[in-house]
Formats: sequence, structure tokens, C-alpha cells
Amino acid sequence: MSTIKIELRNEDVAKIKEICTSFKNDPQELINVLHSCQEHFGYLPAEVQEVVSGELGVPVAKVYGVVTFYSFFTMTPKGKHPISICLGTACYVRGAEKVLDEFKKELGLNVGQVTKDNKFSLSSLRCVGACGLAPVVLVGEKTYGRVAPDDVRNILKEYE
Amino acid sequence: MSKYSIHLLVCGGTSCHSAESDVVVCNLRDEIEAKGLSDKVQVITTGCFGFCGKGPIVKVMPDNIIYVQVKPEDAQTIVEEHVVKGRKVERLLYRDPKSNEIIGDSKHMSVFKKQLRIVLRNCGVINPENIDEYIARDGYQALGKALTEMKPEQVIKVVKDSGQRGRGGAGFPTGLKWEIASKNKADQKYVVCNADEGDPGAFMDRSVLEGDPHSVLEAMAICGYSIGASEGLIYVRAEYPMAIHRLKIAINQAHEYGLLGKDILGTGFNFDITLRYGAGAFVCGEETALIHSMEGLRGEPTIKPPFPAQSGYLGKPTNVNNVETFAAIPVIILKGAEWFSKIGTEKSKGTKVFALAGKINNVGLIEVPMGTTLREIIFQIGGGIRNGKKFKAVQTGGPSGGCLTEKHLDMPIDFDNLIAAGSMMGSGGMIVMDEDNCMVSVAKFFLDFTVDESCGKCAPCRIGNKRLHELLARICDGKGIPEDLDRLRNMSQVIKDTSLCGLGQSSPNPVLSTLDNFMNEYEAHVKDKKCPAGECKNLMEYVINAENCVGCTACARVCPVNAISGQRKEVHHIDPAICIKCGACKEKCKFDAIFIR
Repeated sequence: MSTIKIELRNEDVAKIKEICTSFKNDPQELINVLHSCQEHFGYLPAEVQEVVSGELGVPVAKVYGVVTFYSFFTMTPKGKHPISICLGTACYVRGAEKVLDEFKKELGLNVGQVTKDNKFSLSSLRCVGACGLAPVVLVGEKTYGRVAPDDVRNILKEYE
Repeated sequence: MSKYSIHLLVCGGTSCHSAESDVVVCNLRDEIEAKGLSDKVQVITTGCFGFCGKGPIVKVMPDNIIYVQVKPEDAQTIVEEHVVKGRKVERLLYRDPKSNEIIGDSKHMSVFKKQLRIVLRNCGVINPENIDEYIARDGYQALGKALTEMKPEQVIKVVKDSGQRGRGGAGFPTGLKWEIASKNKADQKYVVCNADEGDPGAFMDRSVLEGDPHSVLEAMAICGYSIGASEGLIYVRAEYPMAIHRLKIAINQAHEYGLLGKDILGTGFNFDITLRYGAGAFVCGEETALIHSMEGLRGEPTIKPPFPAQSGYLGKPTNVNNVETFAAIPVIILKGAEWFSKIGTEKSKGTKVFALAGKINNVGLIEVPMGTTLREIIFQIGGGIRNGKKFKAVQTGGPSGGCLTEKHLDMPIDFDNLIAAGSMMGSGGMIVMDEDNCMVSVAKFFLDFTVDESCGKCAPCRIGNKRLHELLARICDGKGIPEDLDRLRNMSQVIKDTSLCGLGQSSPNPVLSTLDNFMNEYEAHVKDKKCPAGECKNLMEYVINAENCVGCTACARVCPVNAISGQRKEVHHIDPAICIKCGACKEKCKFDAIFIR
């Protein structure tokens, strides 16, 4: 599973249990439980999945199966400023791939990776529905529209 | 409406919101308060106007004037000039891209002229977070009519007679679906709304949920009444936080008003709605996969039959309809089947919402009667191609659809015509491409998507699409051989014929339709090793035109790999063996001396 080994603190375990209880420990609510856990921890390391498995009475292999099936869930932590480049069709035909290439070059990262100082992580996503602003880049909660490769350096500067 | 004499409607859809329309709202409110006009002027955040490419949009009522690309700092001018002095702010008005004419009144804008808004009737008109505004526009009247004046089978008959077909993609008749679900006896049945809009570049469901959530709730309750279900579930993408937020508000308000919950309108009918979240899997748009996902499992499809109407969520009869399908239902019930069936073509009734995006002037959401032609949509409503470029193709139906070309422009759009042309309606995405788009790359892009999103359950889709993608990548890299073109076609056919669900059965459509319509482009890649659109990197060569080069050294200085050599004031040369085709030199050259061969 994940290469990152972490130790859950007691309060972390308590938090996971609390989330599971709020969904009545119902195995059918697994996806909603995972959403809540990811919201809290930022990602879903193996250790969190193990606790969820125990609480809901779902085999850990099944939990892992669900986590890896859906692209929304991630087992690697994101950077302090997660950067997502929309590669939906509308953004793609307006040159989103060149924008992504520029981010890769500037940060020295591939999609799915985090910088060594944990500052930036790079991911691509499929359509945020803001096609009027294509190509679209998200940094955290902030949306940048009509981004050209030349804008990339300035966007990154905002977070220095 | 109320004591207010002027209403400022500000679009709060995702696209406008991302461009700071929320700050525009705050600034407008501050300005109005500062001018002491709070009892005369009201600022309302609405759903999507559908004019996303020019957002944020502010509409002044009752003057019917639309301001485009409004920035937060423009709020003061709008209030001082328009609201106080009654003068239009000319610089913020819409300018027709072709005639350059300034148009203020939305009734005269080509983007709205040809539209007929049934599903989007309330989007951009009401505040979606206020149930009273929905009720003021005949909201929940259809539910009242169904519960008090109609028997369940009468409701189904109206929906059947209206001829409405499901807007999710396949176009199955809605009334028939309800009838099958109603005839299956069970102690518990479910109504499910499919709001897992995974098609990249399509955002109609999101706009309806954000702009008019009650229309979906009302329709689900009507459906529940007609098929005998007391529970409804909305499966909505987690990527749509604003839609989720507004749905939650709407459900709470409907509860408060007794329009959801126990004993609705005193008729003894119970109906409740809960939300389920998707987690980013395109295949979950397929109804069996969606149901598995709602059960907390991997969203893998299963073979039909049994259909969800027989055995769906938790093994109970389940009726699954798409957001857009539901949103039209209240109007159909109120205005009648005959009214609805008069709109559209013989076999496709009513209107269709399309998300227009790509290289087009008016990016946005439009609703037109079925049977409207692509030419009307792209060149009249859409305002033509951006930057005066030439139209090349339009992809309808997302990754499952196909590329249509010039020769299809005058074809009336409906479910059957699109399939006959090698594409499909899909959920209604329309991505317009111009001469700079390479069609082989576009096909590769869609296959890239399919490979990513294939759930992996059946081999044709899992392995076949990967092979297709590899072939396309090879062709784009300039390593294709002539036999590859036949191989692409054969493999596509096998994947279509043998895949388990709709995803695999339609995933080769972009390949087949580009092969059919753009064979010359494939041949140029394979035989001449050229990309006519100049998009495939490996097939391009940057060359310096000796006549234009003045030897300024700007290109050599910007080249990241030192591929450009030459003395000052002498003609420079690019070494193709070192060049990585980043294009930096071409952008830097002030003398137009660098071109692509």
C-alpha cells in the first residue's frame, strides 16, 4: 500500500471513530466516510483506512479498493498549496497541456508529486465546469482563468 | 415582485463565481447602502445565465440590460451611473463579435434570441437559495396538481405522451422507464437523480442544480408518487461543492414548507431526499455503476438485465433519471403532454441544453428546441469561432461522442440524427475546434480520458482502449505505419461490439469519427510524417527564414537547450537534433523569421 508510514495519534483514531459513528457505522456510507476523513486529514493513508475498515466492518482490502478506484481519493499528502490544472476538453483545446508542461518545468514535478518542502503539489483534474474561463488552474481554493504558459511563473510567485 | 423598483441580478454560477462575482455582489450592496437606496434596489445572486465566456454577468431589471465581464471595482460605476442617473455604462455592455455593435438589451443578443428555455427557465432569474422565489414562478404547483388531481398512472401517461427522452445520453423514453418501475411490486422503491456529470466540458446539470435546485426536488417527488417510492437519492459529484451547498439548502427549505417529508400537502404521500456523493469516476454515470457506488462499493457496472427498474439500489426497483430530465418534468405536468410534444422533432421532443465551449466566441449554456442545426448553434448563438479562425469540427457527446464537421452543420440535431452521423447526444457537451486543433491529437486526448476512466472490469475496454491509445500516441509521435490506420478501425469495432457497458461501447467513437472525417490528417501523420495543424511536437520542425533573420540573437538567448547557433548580425540556425520544440524562440522573434515546417 502506501510507502509513507505514519503513526496515528489517539485523537486521530478518535476523530475517525467519530466520523464513522456520525454515519451510523453503515458500510454503505463508506464513500461519505472516506470523504469526511480526507477532508480532515488531507489524504487517506493506509493507517486511516485500517481504522475505517474496523469501524464499518468492511475488509480493509475493500476499503483500499474503493480508495484507489475513485480519483477524488488520494493516498499521498498534498502540498500546502495544491495546484490542479484542468484537463477537461474545453481547457485542453485551448492549450491546457502547455500550461501543465510549464508547471512541471517550473516546479520540477510530475503529476501526483509534491515538492520537497511540501509547498506545492501538482495534479490534473477533469473539468471544474468553469469552461468559460478555460484554461483553468486551481491553487488551493483560488481559481485562475485564461491561463497562458507565460502566466505560470507569476502565479507561483504569489505563493512565495 | 416586491417593494423594490430595481433588481440587480448577479450570476453566482461556478464560472462567474471563480471570476469574483461574489465580490461584485458585496461591492454593489455596499454602494447601494452608501447611497441610501437599500429600500429601492435589491441585489440578488442568481444561478447561471448561460453566458459564461463573458462573466461575471450583472443584469439590471426591469431595464433588461446585461453588463459583461464586470469587475469588483465596476460596482461603483454601475450604481452611480445606471441606478442613480439611469444612464447605461457603455464600456461594460456586450459587443457583438462580428458587427462590433454594442447591445445592451438581452432580448436583442444573438446568444439569447434563438433559445427556448424550459429546463433553464429559472436559471439566472431567481435566487436559488430562496424557495419563495421558486414558488412565485409556479414552483411546486406541478407537485400539488399531481398529488391532488391526478392518479399515479395519469402522471405516467402525461410523461409518456409528452415523448420526453432521457437527457443523460442514451435517450430512453422517460415515461416508459417510470411505467416499468411502477409495475414492479416491492415494499420499497427508490427514485435516483443522476447528477454525476463526468463528461469533461459539460456543465448543464451543474448549472441546473446551482440555479434551480427545487425543480429537481419537485420532479423527484412527482416521480416518487407515480412509481410508488417514498425515498429519493441524488448522486452528485463531490467536485461540485456549490451545487451540493444549494441542494442542501433547498432540501431543508422544502422540508420546512412541508413539500418534502411526511404527509406532503396533507395528501398522505411521504417522500424524502438524501444526497450521495460521487468521488470522481466517469463510469459512475452508467446507472448500474452509479447504484453500486451509492451502496459504498467500487463503481463498476453490471450486465443488464436485471435493469434498475427491476433490481436496483439495495436490490429494490429503482428509477434513475438525469438532472435535466427531471428539471423539465414540472413544466410538462403543468402545461401538458401536448404542449411539450409540439416542440422538437418527430422522435426527439422538447428542448436540449448544450454546454458550448472550446474555440467559440460565446462560451456558455444554451437551451434550444430539438432539431436546431449546428450552424445555428455555433454561428448564431455561439457567435462563431474565436479570433476569426476557421471552423474545423465540433465534438458532441463528450468522450463517447464523435467529431462532426462542416458537412454536418445543417443537420437538425436530435438523438437519431447524431447517432446516424457517428456521434451521439450524450449529456450535451459541445466542444468547438478550429484549424489549429489536430484531430489525431483530439482522438488521443479522448482515449487518454477513457483509459483513465475505464473501470477495468471487462477486457475489451481495459486492454483495447489502452492499445488504441498507444497506436494514436505512436502516430502523433511520427512513428506510425500505414497499417496502423486499419488496425485502429478494426480494434475500435471490436471494443464497441464486446464491451460490457456504455463506456466501452462508445469509447472508440472519437477515433472512428475522426478516421471517417479526417482521414487525410491521419495519412499526413503516418505517410508524410507531418501534422497539418502544427500541434504534434515530434512532427514539427522550427526553421529560421534567412531572409527575415537580422541576427539579433534574441532566439539563441531564450533557447533553453542551446539549439540555436549564429554570430551577432548573421543569420542564425536551429539544430533540429537538439531542438525540443518548445516554441520559445518563435514567440521571442520580432521579425517573423522563425516558422514551423
